[in-house]
Amino acid sequence: MSAAMTQGLDRRAVVAELLREPGDCPGGQLLVVTGLGSTTYDAGAAGDRPENFYLWGAMGGAAMIGLGVALAQPERRVLVLTGDGEALMGMGALSTLSARAPGNLAMVVMDNGQFGETGHQASHTALGTDLAAVAAACGWKTVLTCTTMEEVAALRMRLRHEVIFAVIRISPADVPRFLPPRDAAALSVRFRQALGIPAD
Amino acid sequence: MTTTSWQDGVYAALKKAGVRQIAYVPDAGHSRLIELAHADNDMQAVVCTTEEEGVALAMGAHLGGQRACLLMQSSGVGNTINMIGLPTTMHAPFLTLITMRGEWGEFNGWQVPMGQGTEPVLKAMGVHVKRAESQAEVVDMVSAAASLAFGSIIPVAVLFSQKLIGAKVFVKEQEQ
Repeated sequence: MSAAMTQGLDRRAVVAELLREPGDCPGGQLLVVTGLGSTTYDAGAAGDRPENFYLWGAMGGAAMIGLGVALAQPERRVLVLTGDGEALMGMGALSTLSARAPGNLAMVVMDNGQFGETGHQASHTALGTDLAAVAAACGWKTVLTCTTMEEVAALRMRLRHEVIFAVIRISPADVPRFLPPRDAAALSVRFRQALGIPAD
Repeated sequence: MTTTSWQDGVYAALKKAGVRQIAYVPDAGHSRLIELAHADNDMQAVVCTTEEEGVALAMGAHLGGQRACLLMQSSGVGNTINMIGLPTTMHAPFLTLITMRGEWGEFNGWQVPMGQGTEPVLKAMGVHVKRAESQAEVVDMVSAAASLAFGSIIPVAVLFSQKLIGAKVFVKEQEQ
């Protein structure tokens, strides 16, 4: 692992900043889909809310779930917030999202270069893969890599107005456990209710 | 590719069921449905790099208040196994139409193992499976499957048998 990765940003501080004032967003509350693992915990720690849909499984599915939401809710803004391992498993989705080009979706990859949940094994991003370059090659027009909190702060509102793929270099250091709700049926119901969708 | 009235009937059944998003990994047997989806301003057609993307898309559509359908080939079912558990976990509806390979008159043995495994794999993952063998039954079967999926909120697959769609012809007989 490179020194830059061990010196990355604090993941909880990054997500707390990105999700700060989630109602300050075109179309209403920012809709957030998180990936299996630490980004689910990060988003919960930043403040559990019905507009967060946390994946506790279905690894590799966060981006495509985000796309389905974005297509169904074109007036709302969707943020896919996931980790490097989850994004790697669904790497084809970077191509699918670019091909479909929804104007209301942004994606952030919290990159610590590790499969943190399973014992800190090095991930492909620590072994040569640059997900920002992958996204650019897939056709994403705006691709950023953030290494400072100033850049993260500047990213926060851009994610709510633009189509952006951003990689944020974070520290692999362990943070305190925070477990948001994990009943997927209940999470689905409250997400839909928050959007005003009538129950079936 | 083939333009046949039963496929237009299947598309009409999806529309009647309120489907607004169609995810697909291309297959010759679905080509007419894909064509109709792209030509329809009220349908979001999403080409996927792998079939599990389509399952996840359908779950996102449900979260956003829309109905979706995944079009894939039997070989693609194997790619979805983990993801296709998601509708059950989320208690979300899921509808997929699957063109079968590896059975009736199959020329390419590489399609056979997953063709044989398609139905047991789907059932093992809790998906309700219907199978259409003839043009006479297929449109009604898709309508009924859509009602089952979206009404009863369960995952449902309709298999389009290779007898229904016709075995893939690689080289026309007169050219052999």
